[in-house]
Amino acid sequence: MGLHYELRFVGIGGQGNMLAGTIIAEAAVYYENKYATQVPTYTSQVRGGPTKADVIISDEPIQFAEATHIDFLLALDQRTYDMYKKDLKEGAIVLVDSGLVNIPEEDHKKWDVYGYPIVKTAKYDIGNVVTANILAVGMTVELTGILDKENVKKAIADRVPPAFLDLNMKAYETGIEIAKKLKAEKGK
Amino acid sequence: MSVDYSKYLRMDKLPLYWCPGCGNGTVLKALLTAIDELGWDNNDIAMVSGIGCSARGPGYVNFHTFHTLHGRAIPAATAIKMCHPDMHVIVFSGDGDMTAIGGNHFIHACRRNIDITLIVVDNWIYGMTGGQYSPLTPTGTKASTMPRGNIDPTFDVVELAKGAGATFVARGSVAEPVMLKNYIKKALEHKGTSVIDALSNCHIQWGRRNKFGDPVKLVDYIKSVTVSQAKAAKLSKEELEGKYITGIFVDDPTKKEYTQSYKELIEKAQAKA
Amino acid sequence: MSNVEIANGNELVAEAAIAAGCRFYAGYPITPSSEIPEHLSKRMPEVGGVFMQFEDEIASVIAAIGASYAGYKSMTATSGPGLSLKQEGIGLACMMELPLVVVDVMRGGPSTGLPTRVSQADYMQARWGTHGDHMIIAIAPSTLIETYTETIRAFNLAEKYRTPVLLLTDAVLAHLHGRVEIPDISNFEIIERTQPTVPPEEYYPYDVERFGIIPPLPNKENWRKYKFHMTGLNKDKTGFPTVDSKKVEEDEERMINKIMNNIKDIESFEYYRVDDADVLVIAYGTNATAARVAIDEARSKGIKVGMFRPITVWPFPEAQVFDLSKKFKKIIVSEINLGQMLYEVQRASKGNSEIFTVLQAAGVPIRPQQILEKIEEVSK
Repeated sequence: MGLHYELRFVGIGGQGNMLAGTIIAEAAVYYENKYATQVPTYTSQVRGGPTKADVIISDEPIQFAEATHIDFLLALDQRTYDMYKKDLKEGAIVLVDSGLVNIPEEDHKKWDVYGYPIVKTAKYDIGNVVTANILAVGMTVELTGILDKENVKKAIADRVPPAFLDLNMKAYETGIEIAKKLKAEKGK
Repeated sequence: MSVDYSKYLRMDKLPLYWCPGCGNGTVLKALLTAIDELGWDNNDIAMVSGIGCSARGPGYVNFHTFHTLHGRAIPAATAIKMCHPDMHVIVFSGDGDMTAIGGNHFIHACRRNIDITLIVVDNWIYGMTGGQYSPLTPTGTKASTMPRGNIDPTFDVVELAKGAGATFVARGSVAEPVMLKNYIKKALEHKGTSVIDALSNCHIQWGRRNKFGDPVKLVDYIKSVTVSQAKAAKLSKEELEGKYITGIFVDDPTKKEYTQSYKELIEKAQAKA
Repeated sequence: MSNVEIANGNELVAEAAIAAGCRFYAGYPITPSSEIPEHLSKRMPEVGGVFMQFEDEIASVIAAIGASYAGYKSMTATSGPGLSLKQEGIGLACMMELPLVVVDVMRGGPSTGLPTRVSQADYMQARWGTHGDHMIIAIAPSTLIETYTETIRAFNLAEKYRTPVLLLTDAVLAHLHGRVEIPDISNFEIIERTQPTVPPEEYYPYDVERFGIIPPLPNKENWRKYKFHMTGLNKDKTGFPTVDSKKVEEDEERMINKIMNNIKDIESFEYYRVDDADVLVIAYGTNATAARVAIDEARSKGIKVGMFRPITVWPFPEAQVFDLSKKFKKIIVSEINLGQMLYEVQRASKGNSEIFTVLQAAGVPIRPQQILEKIEEVSK
């Protein structure tokens, strides 16, 4: 069996978690000829409600599209982290916004946890808070290593408005660099 | 000049299903006469109805005819017009069908200003089901479900249609059939949603409960409670209490018709695609 | 020829409808079906078709029926609460014998229930939602690609048998965004309603004696010259109301028989790894994807289990389930509700098999693990 990788993106409506999941899935399908599914879960509260996007990337057609053995979790909000962490595999990679999510001690033991002030970095270093999701995509790509970095760039270009492309590319590259640094700190 | 009605009627389906003297026949005759004067081809006309006595009308005419569910004539008529925009589409149904169970569709058709003609055969009662009160049953009169007299206020169909955006609105009655025919003719010619409030007699279900069991007496009564716009202009509010003003209230050819708007939408979409 | 795309189930229903020749859509916004009208509001005008958002669910189904009468292939889409409102209209299409496709993107219920969450709880509503004796065709696709291909089949069956067809998808399939390889339209047979060839004055829409059990019905090109009457009342061959007992009963039976006599053409199902199986799972729609994973896992543990999956869920594949009941002592029924198809399996298996269940009405999909545990328990 080839690649079968399950990712979950959770947060609150408006943070762009759904789009982050879509970009990862589209990069896999359109630019790497893999199979991918994305299952969004949402509420009618478009801004501020809990959101979850499960993305599965595989070399083979995907039978059951709900993520049940998760390899990677991105969480930008405490409540949804607590709600949706239950399906994580032993040793899964967990990336959270350290300014928004507190990770209990026991979770650190089970999973490979990375924390970074993602939203704050997008707001002050990149210059626009809406790039937080793309910054997180960059970190995701670096931490998981499942997709080619250039292919993800193409998928981002397909999805973000042209006027914001440069800014988003900056966020993406920054995300990759931050993740590299975090990995190095862990000796990886 | 007499009209050859056999050109319009499905003669093998006669006699009509209606009680002797029923106003439905008078309204239907006014409609067919207006169509004859316009010289329209039967193939170009669709007539749609909901449920009720008057809703049986389309069955007798040799057009494209569609007898739908209670209250649901207007969405079907709207669809037929959208599918065949050069057809003439007429809805022929009762006051209960059009203003109670189908009231939502009535106001939204008026709002869209789609080119269909809505003829409300307004006989103040649910005839077919046994004389229950409708939104147009005059307050104080009796119905099988208002044995002590109707306490419900009524709709004014003309004001309802005006408020909802219909671009042709008229009221006539079976007591003055030529005038009714003229209004219907103008409504059919109008490009946009046209509404005719056609006051009609149900001497059986409304009349018998209200001392007008005789059709002639009821038609005379309807005549006595209608006043022309010109006359009404000279009467006080008190004098107009309980009266039905007849005439053409709205005739506005300037508002955009819906199938035209949709045609332009298609052109825009196809130019871009 | 195929086209690789990433799309969700709702978009695939919309595109398949266009491919099948649907040129009239009427609807009212309801979660989780909304991407169907959103997509068609863009696409219909491009292909010269009609898209209309109506004032309510009832107007939408009636407009779609009106368009079908006027010769158009038509569709409406909704979810559980809207399907309840459309039921009188579905009965009208049954009685008038007008082709119509109704998409029901199932969500939790009763009432407003769980608007954004999955269920399969409209299974019985699809069959018995409208009043009166009638037969209905309902199809439940399981995957994204099936959502596309089964939408086309829904139109084909509607046109061929002059009857409403329900397409039962669900909230998961609707919003599942994934890779699909859409075959070129030339790979599909597209069925059109049979056209009358008799002079217009000799045409009647229900003239069974002359035309057979399913009389021709004018399409949009021929419609203008064929004037005919249709009603929701019990009708004679001319389309006029009748209360003649003999005619009424013959017509009621014919409307059911036109489907049941052609069941071989209408039925569709899948047998998955049943040949050497000791235990059988029966599941449909998206839930069958969980069952498939569970079966593969059980097989890898040496448990011989298979699945029977109805794709045409109505009429219920009674003969097939009866045959299976003679072979399998143990049948597991799984569906995302508290037991609806279960009654059909119980009825069709005539007590031959012991029936177990994996049922759930929690707004979330049943997981492969839940089905696997039941398979293991039953196999002990």
